[in-house]
Amino acid sequence: MRQTLSNRLGVAAEPIIEWTIRLCGWSAIFFVFAIFFFVFREGAPFLFGKLDIVEFLTNVNWRPDSRIKAQYGVLALITGTAAVTALAALIAVPAGLGAAVFVSEFCPRRLREVLKIVIELLAAIPSVVWGFIGYMVLNPLIIWATGAPIGINILNGGIILALMSVPIIMSMGEDALRAVPDTYREAAIALGASRWQLVYKVLMPAAKNGLLAAALLGIGRSVGETMAVLMATGHSIQIPGSLLDPVRTLTATIAAELGETVEGGDHYRALFVIGTLLMLMSLIVNVTADLVVKGVRGKQNG
Amino acid sequence: MADAAALTAHGVTDEGNTRFAASDVERRKLLVERIAASILGLVTCSLVLPLVGIMAVLIVKAMPVLSWAFLTQNPQKYMTAGGIWAPLVGTFYLVVLSLAVAAPIGILAGVYLNEYAGDNWGTRIVNMAVVNLAGVPSIVHALFGVGAFVLFAGMGRSVMAASCTLAIMTLPVIISSTREALAAVPQSFREACWNMGASRWQTIRTIVLPNAISGILTGVILQVSRAAGETAPILFTGAVFYVATPETGLASSLPYGLWDRCMALSYHLFTITTQVTGVSEGLSYATAVVLIGLVISVNLISIGFRVYLRGRKRW
Repeated sequence: MRQTLSNRLGVAAEPIIEWTIRLCGWSAIFFVFAIFFFVFREGAPFLFGKLDIVEFLTNVNWRPDSRIKAQYGVLALITGTAAVTALAALIAVPAGLGAAVFVSEFCPRRLREVLKIVIELLAAIPSVVWGFIGYMVLNPLIIWATGAPIGINILNGGIILALMSVPIIMSMGEDALRAVPDTYREAAIALGASRWQLVYKVLMPAAKNGLLAAALLGIGRSVGETMAVLMATGHSIQIPGSLLDPVRTLTATIAAELGETVEGGDHYRALFVIGTLLMLMSLIVNVTADLVVKGVRGKQNG
Repeated sequence: MADAAALTAHGVTDEGNTRFAASDVERRKLLVERIAASILGLVTCSLVLPLVGIMAVLIVKAMPVLSWAFLTQNPQKYMTAGGIWAPLVGTFYLVVLSLAVAAPIGILAGVYLNEYAGDNWGTRIVNMAVVNLAGVPSIVHALFGVGAFVLFAGMGRSVMAASCTLAIMTLPVIISSTREALAAVPQSFREACWNMGASRWQTIRTIVLPNAISGILTGVILQVSRAAGETAPILFTGAVFYVATPETGLASSLPYGLWDRCMALSYHLFTITTQVTGVSEGLSYATAVVLIGLVISVNLISIGFRVYLRGRKRW
């Protein structure tokens, strides 16, 4: 049987095409390693050369520009990140999971469709716009409500980060609840459970791991968020004493300072070391969330 | 009669529906349910309504400045006057270029994950990598861009380096939506095609991709919205404070070369809000509203597309 030319070309090209597809598929692994490698590479000479890693993690003073003695301690920055993230999580996790339960189990179908679209649009708002909202709208509101001298502080950043991570927590939480088989719902209703009992006694335990992963990923996003906290949490590098103190986070420090550093200088490399730290944190959060979700899947199969 | 007496003794009268009257336990159950439903509903409202309020404030404050001239003029007088044309064009450059880099890789990766990858540990690692890539903080992407594209690849701070950084950052969006779109094509379509003697790639090219193309497009549209709004990854890889660009003519539409630095709308919003003094409020509100409008309308297109597809699906 004679094949047409294009057919024959197609057959000859097939292995090439398949390998291109394979390579693209594997590229995700390559990129993750490349990110780690290149960020680490820029920071490594400083990390292994001059930096005392214990001092780096426990010194409160971040004074890279000091002429007398430059100090590179990220403890205050870590505290800043932790404070803002903790506040955000405190607001966003209950609110996000509550909203997920409402959307998934309580609200009428029409409203659910509308709410899901609204949530999707919320998730799309760029972080610089959230920062803008914190800086221009929330800032005067906080000054007015609390009498603080400046409204750009932990409270502001925490609220903004909470609003940013709610859509993630909510949509992932809803997915987790939806993933519970309908037979569970039917069985509970057949036994006379109210919808709240169904949620509380059946769905929450069944979707526990998925909900936990949703919360984790929401928190992970807060830790890595940059522009919003840069604009909304202020610039004081300090261990905060109250909710109304301005702080500086790890991410904001990189964003604020990298532009002013000399390429290859200590300060420049120290910022890349912070980047490596952030990368490690996000890897840990994501892998943990993945294991948490996979854990429940394994149990159900077995 | 004896039956009725027995029923009455059990607290059931023979009046109409009271046979099914709620017991105390039942009533409490319903009360708790109602309270829970209203609290959860309130929580959901309290997440959505303030945002509607904020959007309203933004639009009201931006209204006096928003005009056609605002969109088509370049920033003037140290960015305290004029419009946002140059940043707008810069954002357009970055989006198109990052799309050109990310779309082919992302779509093929999605094809691999759904059509070729078996259920084994290798695939699990790829999946894990995609998830992790999506979770890398944006500022770390910026550092990667500086290390890999600006310095190592020698691109310098340029449109090209910034676009590549954005491309890597938005890759997971395209990969996961492509995979979902392909997974929605019924397996029987593929089997029918294989039974006709078609190879794997022929099946993908002639049957799977044409049936999934619209789903893939929604993912690509989402990538556009993501790339248009991101600020951190372009901070040190190509975006600048201000570039003088031609005011009129064709040159004003194509002001940047691939190896030039450019302005971008998201970065512009950041600078005029926090870095430049003497910018009128209206100007930054208007810039914010344009950025939100851009991103939201792109997303709405994607959502509309999805709804339309769901209605049209024939299987």
